[in-house]
This record gives sequence, C-alpha cells and structure tokens, in this order.
Amino acid sequence: MTDATIPAPKPASPRRQGSFDHIVYVLKDNPVTMLAFAMFAVLIFAAVLGPALAPYDPLATDAAIALQPPSAAHWFGTDNLGRDVFSRTIVATRLDLLISVAAVAISFVVGSALGAAAGYWGGWLDVALSRVLDTIMAFPLFVLAMGIVAALGNTIENIVYATAIINVPFYARLVRAEVNIRREAGFALAARLAGNSDIRVLALHIFPNALPPMMVQVSLNLGWAILNAAGLSFIGLGVRPPTAEWGIMVAEGANFIVSGEWWLAIFPGLCLMFAVFTFNLLGDGLRDMVDPRRRT
Amino acid sequence: MDITPSRRGFLKLGASGAVIAASQLPFLKYAQAAGEETVVVVMGQTINSLDLHRTGTNRPSYQVAVNCYDRLVSFGTKEMPDGSLSYDYSVIEPELAESWTVSDDGTVYTFKIKPEARFQDGSKVTAHDVKWSFDRAVSVGGFPTVQMKAGGLERPDQFAAVDDETFTVTLDEASKLALPDLAVPVPFILNSAVARANATEADPWAMEFVHKNTIGSGAFKVVRWDPGQQLVYERNDDWTGGPLPGAKRVVLREVPSQSTRRALIERGDVQLSYNIPNKDAAELDAMDDVAVYSTPIENAIYVVSLNYDFEPFQDPDVRKAVAYAIPYEQIFKTAAYGRGVPMWGGKGVDGPAWPQPSPYEYNLDKAKAHLEKSGFANGFEVPFSIDLSQADWMEPTALLIQENLAKLGITTQIDKIPGANWRTASLVEKRLPLALETFGGWLNYPCYYFFWAYLDGHLFNSSNYKNDEIEALVAKTLKMPVDNPEYAPAVQRMFEIAFEDLPRIPLWQPALNVASNGAEGYEYWFHRELDARKLTKA
Amino acid sequence: MRLAQAIPVVLGVVLVSFLLTRALPGDPAAYFAGDAATPESIAATRAKLGLDKSMPEQFLRYCGDLLRGDLGQSLSTGQPVLDELTRRLPASLELTLTALLISCGIAVPLGVLAATRPGSWVDHLCRVLVTAGVSLPTFFTGVVLIYVFYYLTGWAPSPLGRLDFIYIEPPTVTGFLLIDAALDGDGETWAAALRQLILPALTLALFTMAPIARMTRAAMLSALSSDFIRTARAAGLTSRKVLFAYAFRNALLPVVTTLGMVFSFTLGANVLVEKVFAWPGIGSFAVEALVASDYAAVQGFVLCMALLFVALNLVIDMAYSLIDPRIGFDSK
Repeated sequence: MTDATIPAPKPASPRRQGSFDHIVYVLKDNPVTMLAFAMFAVLIFAAVLGPALAPYDPLATDAAIALQPPSAAHWFGTDNLGRDVFSRTIVATRLDLLISVAAVAISFVVGSALGAAAGYWGGWLDVALSRVLDTIMAFPLFVLAMGIVAALGNTIENIVYATAIINVPFYARLVRAEVNIRREAGFALAARLAGNSDIRVLALHIFPNALPPMMVQVSLNLGWAILNAAGLSFIGLGVRPPTAEWGIMVAEGANFIVSGEWWLAIFPGLCLMFAVFTFNLLGDGLRDMVDPRRRT
Repeated sequence: MDITPSRRGFLKLGASGAVIAASQLPFLKYAQAAGEETVVVVMGQTINSLDLHRTGTNRPSYQVAVNCYDRLVSFGTKEMPDGSLSYDYSVIEPELAESWTVSDDGTVYTFKIKPEARFQDGSKVTAHDVKWSFDRAVSVGGFPTVQMKAGGLERPDQFAAVDDETFTVTLDEASKLALPDLAVPVPFILNSAVARANATEADPWAMEFVHKNTIGSGAFKVVRWDPGQQLVYERNDDWTGGPLPGAKRVVLREVPSQSTRRALIERGDVQLSYNIPNKDAAELDAMDDVAVYSTPIENAIYVVSLNYDFEPFQDPDVRKAVAYAIPYEQIFKTAAYGRGVPMWGGKGVDGPAWPQPSPYEYNLDKAKAHLEKSGFANGFEVPFSIDLSQADWMEPTALLIQENLAKLGITTQIDKIPGANWRTASLVEKRLPLALETFGGWLNYPCYYFFWAYLDGHLFNSSNYKNDEIEALVAKTLKMPVDNPEYAPAVQRMFEIAFEDLPRIPLWQPALNVASNGAEGYEYWFHRELDARKLTKA
Repeated sequence: MRLAQAIPVVLGVVLVSFLLTRALPGDPAAYFAGDAATPESIAATRAKLGLDKSMPEQFLRYCGDLLRGDLGQSLSTGQPVLDELTRRLPASLELTLTALLISCGIAVPLGVLAATRPGSWVDHLCRVLVTAGVSLPTFFTGVVLIYVFYYLTGWAPSPLGRLDFIYIEPPTVTGFLLIDAALDGDGETWAAALRQLILPALTLALFTMAPIARMTRAAMLSALSSDFIRTARAAGLTSRKVLFAYAFRNALLPVVTTLGMVFSFTLGANVLVEKVFAWPGIGSFAVEALVASDYAAVQGFVLCMALLFVALNLVIDMAYSLIDPRIGFDSK
C-alpha cells in the first residue's frame, strides 16, 4: 500500500543524488510535513492492524446497548444497532485507504499517460484525447460518479472506478499543459539530440517536471476520493451494509446529530478528516521534496 | 386559475389590499404572512403534479386530490384511543352527494348531488361533471384506472347523468368494494366545463391543464406551487363538502433532509412534520411542546418476502427456519422504536381481523431443527435486497436478520436498490430471492390484501407464490359482504394457509408518524397523505 | 474556432448522457405507472413515455427534440425539464458563486501570504487551516452548521431554501435573488435572502478554500523562485511591484485553471449541500432524478452543466492565452 500511496516520487528518485539527505533537510525545514508523515504512519498502522486493534466485532449487534454515549467500555459509544463505533471506525481505515489509493493510482497512471502523449505529440492525438477528456470533464463530476455507481451497482470496485474516471481528466490536463510547454525546451531537445527515444525523453526528462503540480493534485485527490465515497454514501450509493466505512458512518450518523447522538457521526468524521488532512499535508510536503527548483 | 400569476407570490392573491401598503412595512408583512390562520407543514417528499390521474403522479401528490377536490362520498371520522383523529372505514358520509340509494340486487347506485355545491369558479356542480370525471378516471390508464377497477368501475357506459343532480353507477355484479372505492382519492370531481375549455384533440382529458391547476369544488385551492419547494393551499370559503377548514392557508414545504425537518419541528418554526421516522417519533413524543401521532397503518404489514423461484425457499422447512431465526422483538425495538403493532408470536389464527400476528417467534433452536430437516442443512448463500428509499427501517431490520441467518449457516449479502429499480426488481420482475417488502391495502378488507399480495402474478406478490386454495378463496370472498356467514371462515382459512406456506413472513404493522408543534386537527387517512381540511393553528 | 472545438464535446455529452441514463437499472415505466400498476398499465405508461421504441429510435427522437429546444418532461417533478433548469440554475449559481467569492476572498490572500514567507509559522497555519476545511464532507459540515447556528443558537434562519416563505420573492430579472431584490430596491428581502445564503455558501466555501489557497501558494512559490523574478529583484524593483506585477501575474495561470476546476467541481458537489439546506438548485434535482431513473431530467441536467462547462472552458482558455502567450500550438 505504501508503494501505491507515493507512486510519484519513484520516477524521479533514480536521478536523485543524496535524496535521503535532501528529505531530512526538507523535513527539518518543515515541521508540518514531519507531522504529516507521523500522521500517515498512524493511518498505515491503523489500516494494517485495524481488525486486531478493535476491541469488539465491528459487525456484532446488541440491541440492549443501542445508542449509548461514549464510555469506558465503548470509547466512541455505540450506534443504533448497538455496534461499537470505535471498532467500526478503526476497522474502516483499511477500506477507506484502499478505496482512495486505488482510485487515485488508477487515475494518476491513466491520466499521466494520456496527458503526456497528447502534450508531446500533439496533432490529431491531442485533439481527439482532449475532446474525450473535455467530454468527461463537462459532466458534473459528482453526478457522473453517482450515475456510474448507480448503473454498475454499488460495490467497492465500482466506487473506485467511478472515482478514478472522474479524476483522470485533471491529471491528463495538467500533464498535457506541462509537457506542451516543455517539449521544445532546450533540455528536451538536448536529450533528444543525445539519442534518447521520444518515450525516454518524455518519461525521464519532461514528465518529471510535471510532478510537482501533480503531487498537489494527488494529495488533494486522495482526500477527495474518500470524500467522494462519503458523498455517495450520503446519497445511499456507498458501500454495502454492514461494511464499516467512514463515509457511510458519517452519512448515517448525520441524521442523529440533531437528536443528540453526536458520537455516531463525529468520531468517524474526525477520522475521515484526519485521513484527508494527512493526505493533503503530505502532498504539500512531497511537493517541496520533489520540486527540482527547491533542490540546490 | 393559473397558480403562478406572478412571481410576486401568493400573498397578493390571498391577503387583503393591505399587502401593497405592507411592502413598505416589513413588520406588517411578516405578521400577516405567518399569521394565526397559516399552518406550515414540512415533508420529505415532493409533490410532482396537482392531478392524481396523470401518469407519473407520485403518492404525496394524492393529497391535492383530497384537499382541493371533492368526491361523491367520503369516510367518517372517529377518535382513536389516544385522542387523535382517524378516518372511519365503517362510515360512508356524503361529500358532494347529498344522498344515495342502492338497488335491491346491489348493482345500481343512484346519487343525488347537493344542489348548493359549487366549483371554485362559482359554477354549479352537476351530474355531468361527475360523469365526465369518472369517465376520465377509467379512461386515462395507469393507477387511477386500476384503482377504479378494484371497485368494479371499468367503463364509461357504467356511469350516467340522469339529470343535473342525479347520477347513477351501474355495476356488472354487486361488490362490497364499490362504495368504499368511490371514497378513495381517485374518483374526484373536476369542473368539466373548465377542463373541456382547456382540452385539445391530443389531450381530450385536459391532462396538461389539470396538472398545473386545481379546478375542483374542494376545501382548498392551490394558489402557489413551486415544484420541489412548496405548495400553498388557500381555503375555499364556499366549500359545501364539510365543515369549513380552520386554517385559512396551509403552506407545505418540501425539506429533503431528515435532520433539518427534525430541527424545524422541535424549534416550532413549522407546525406539522409529516411522516417522520420512527426514531424521531419516539423521541419527540417525550418532549412537552411536540405532540406525536402514531397511527398503525390499516391493512399494512412489513414482511420478509421469500421468493418461491429461489430453490432453497421452495422447501417449507427452510422457510420456517427463516421465520424462527428472525429476532422480531429486537427488530421492533431498533428498527421501529416500538412504533406499530407486533405481528409475531400469535396463538394461531384468531378471528377474521387482519393483519394479525403469525404463530412464529424468535427461536434459534427451532430454526436449526427445521433447517436440519430440510434439504439445505448446511445453509446456502442468498442476496438480501432492500429499498434504498425505505432504508430507515429496512437497513437495521436486514442487518439483524442477516446476523441471525448467519448463525444458521445462511449467508446473505445486503443489496440496497434505488427507487426506480426497486419496483421493477421486486414487484414487476419479482426476481429478488430474499427481500423486505411492504404493502398496505387502501380498502380495509383481508380479502383485498390477499388479492394483491398472495394471488399468482399479482403486483405485490413478490414471492411468486401460488396456492390454488387461496386463489379460490379470494375469488369467492372479494366481493362478498363481510356479514355473509361464509366470509369469516373463508378468510381465516386464507390466514392459516398463508402462515403455513410463509411466502411473506410478517414482522410488524407499521405506524404513520406525524409530529405537531402548534397545530391541531391532524387526521389519519388510509392513503397516508396530509388531509389539511381539519388542521388549525393551536 | 474554439466554439467549433466545443461542438464534439457537446455531442459527446449528449450521447454519453443518453447511454448513461439507459444503463441505469430499473424501469421508469414501472416506477411511474404507480403503486397498483398492472402489466397492462405499465405497458401503457411505457408507450406514453416512448420507451417501447428501440434505442436508436429513442436517441433520434431525443436529438430531434433537442434541436427544437425541447428537453422533455421530468417525470419526478412533472414539469418541463427546461422550466425546471431555468428556475433552478440561478439558485445553484448564486450559491456556488457566493461560495467561490467568499473562498477566493480568503484563500488567495492566504496563499500569497504563505508563499511570501515559506516555512514560517504563517505558512504552516495557512496550510493547516485551509486543509482542515477541505477535510470534511460538505453534508457533514452543513448538518453541523445547522445544528450549531440554527438549532442551538438560533442565529441563522430556518434552513428552508432560498427565502423564508414570509417574504415575497422579488420580480425575476436574473433569477439571482440578491440581484433581483437589489434591483427591486427591497432591502429587507435582500437581507433575508442573504441570511438564507450564508450557511450553505459558507459550507461550500470552507470546502473550496484549500485547492485555491494551495494552488496560489504553489504557483506563487515557483514564480518567486524563477529567474525573471531574480532578475527583477536584481534590477531593484520594489518587492511589492515584484510580487504583484510579476510573480502574481505569472502565478495566475495555474490559479485560474484551478478556479475553473473548482467551479465545475463545486457545481457538482453542491448536490449534497443543496440536499441538506433544502436549496432548490439543479443539484438536488439531479440526484432525485437519478435515483428515480428520470431520463429526461438527468439528460437535461447533464447537458445544461456541460454547456456551462464548455462556456467556462472557453473563458479559461482565453484567460490562458492572455496570461501566458506560450500556450497553444497555433503560435508555434
């Protein structure tokens, strides 16, 4: 999972001399990023060990203790079926990370490839791809995701695909714009003259320049992916019950806030916020690390 | 009659000439609009037409037919044990008809129209209007035509206007369903002169016009309708169908968010919250300011439907095992919050009343014993389908059943199906092996319930159930008067077969919950929509 | 030229939305035939809706209707789709634009501020603040805001759409209540509409601040570290002039891109906010339509959004070439 979360630095890393020193340097410079890494570690920890950490079976109901406020026995209280909210929240970490990482990884790879090709070669390829992407983007994205999930059925895979599809154009457009600007740049011409193939120039010389803005995009999208799944749950198109997932817990819990059972939505909501928060801070930090201009 | 004469809104139409002056006096404007005689109601659903006869008109819109139109007859009103009002199925009262007679063979009904009855444009209500309206109901197809047919009203030639004030209905054969079926919202009387004036060759029944305009003689008229937002009723001061409504104006706001509705009623910013979830009903009931009316819905049951097309459910022992594995008590507590009437743990069929409790109860030992006897001792896998729009009760119910079926080795996967697909999958194609289902019959007879829910191929028989004896019994009892000595034994026999064969496992009889904070006169109706005619501000 | 490029996009949207609605599970005929429908009445309803025709024929009819400017009738609200959209679009746009205005007003200065002092506590605080805003689902923020500002404190008006029913809607000119009320000179209605608008707009603004602030910061940073800024500085220009005349102008390109994305994203995302606040916008309309398999309504909504998006893109493209002349193949 770690591999998939930070797919972007990889292409750049082989060329980086003393990258570890650089990371340490940037981290020292930036306490918030350090914090973000620590938070990310907590998330990974919860995702890996989730089921082992949960004190109760996240699916076991007990009508006798339904809707109890947080207590020593149930740290986050219990939901309307008497399930332990703490256990459900912890266990949900893995699923939520999986959804967001998988969705973003797919859109990153597909979007980069399409965008780079369109930006580098231009011509009819660029025109055709741009029109297709424009068509996707012309859709109201959340409604498109809803439509896809509604049409294909609300399984986890379909939520991932829907989220991935609506994010592809963002990457593709970004990469296209960056590649387009640099394809005739001196360093690219030099690399080509040195005998590198187009693909090689594109992948190793031009594409890495697109990474900094893309990292910002990745970090935002990891968060958006989770929020998107939560939004789908709110409409009723999220993962299937009784699966524990933050979005659906917040969505269902939101109905209980006015009646005073705040813990149903607040705790998963805070976890969701924590995760999105982590991804966003992390993306910002990663940007500082991979930005060639900041490396001196 | 156009309901949106100007964007300047409904105030001008309704209030006195002071409105113009009021626009300079903000305080006055406020006081008038939210005045003593305006009741504000919120609901979660949306009104999509003012015409019940139109194809695609949804359930909440039926209330427009109730509030803005009259029928020949209506049901009476009774007080419930808790002091709330309910319609009374046993009493048929005049609405537009002054009186009526039935021929000796029970096939010809002759109605005398009230001579003083007037449409809202001032013209007289005649038997010709009734004839035109009934013709419309049986001709337009879809739900109104189906509902008319249930009462034996199928063709225009059955209706005749003898003179301006005399109208006859001729049935092919006598049926106890005919008169009650004239009191349901469907056969409402329109102003045929206005309708004809707005009809076209392509649209002989003026569907487009009536869709957006109310042209009745009812207690209210719609003075403003913003689809998806609000509907404003204003009292018809010349109404002859019953006692004049207490509220001059009733504003119906559509608020999709359940928690927003809850906050509104609790704070008293609205006077009535219609059709609230069981949980809110239970909690609001405990509050001083808010009154909650929970009326068990007549002739309705929430059931688990076992599809006979799904192989394991063809085995009677599997069906009984499922029935014994349902934690009824726990479901009633967590999904219904105790609102409604339990439909389990009965001591065998007891009288001809319906619904009545099934003889099953939560007993995992019995469930296991039955499953072991069956051909599926090791369990099986089955998808468990629920309706997205009814998730508030279906989801907790399904989860609790899922958990207990797992103890028998029956693995289920819960499928939430969106509204449009739900009807197709469960009722039309009848392809869901295991599902939660609800059906409530408007006409309060057990035979009517069985007609829809237990006969082969009928819409609400989502289990593909077929039993020759039940087919014969329903055919025999459907039109038979209930005081016929053969009636009670026949329906009790139907109950026995239904409980033994278990195509539908009863859970509980649901309640319709309405919360009021400052409004009085709420009345429960079988159609489960708002009747604004008795509402007043407290 | 650019308009010509938009044509295939619109055609694509028409086709895809048609296919998408047809791929939705469920049978609208069965849904709309009503509760006690028989197979005959469902068949009659289907014929009435034109759904008994073959797919290509349905598509051709749909295109034909479109050319005549007829978007069909929404089954779930019973109104012509075009009427619904013209009535609801201003509500959504008013909400979205107000939210973006609030959001830009806060996020752009924050981003610039953060970029001028990278690594300082100001920078970190900005990051944490805007990130916190984007980290919560909008419907959750909305419910919490209603709970606190309406239910607990009573400061906000009841969350009942655009205007409390005790006020008279101003005569429609633009459909934007704030503008219409101002044109009408009705200060009180204007204030009432504004009060209704604040909570939902704030909910959306919180959500949209992050991308704008982050992109502003990132773009400002790269602009500030580029050669021409160094040159400008070396040439002795004032830091204010460097910051706004050179760095900010160059940073605008990605910021405008982001703004465009955020706008289209927000118009789609306020579906959820509209639902929570009973806001009569096109988003809530689309959700209901989608769940009910209301083909005409979904198609109309998607088409309307697509046209908006195309228009927006043209504007962005033009802004692009104004800001950065390097863009475009034509110039090469």
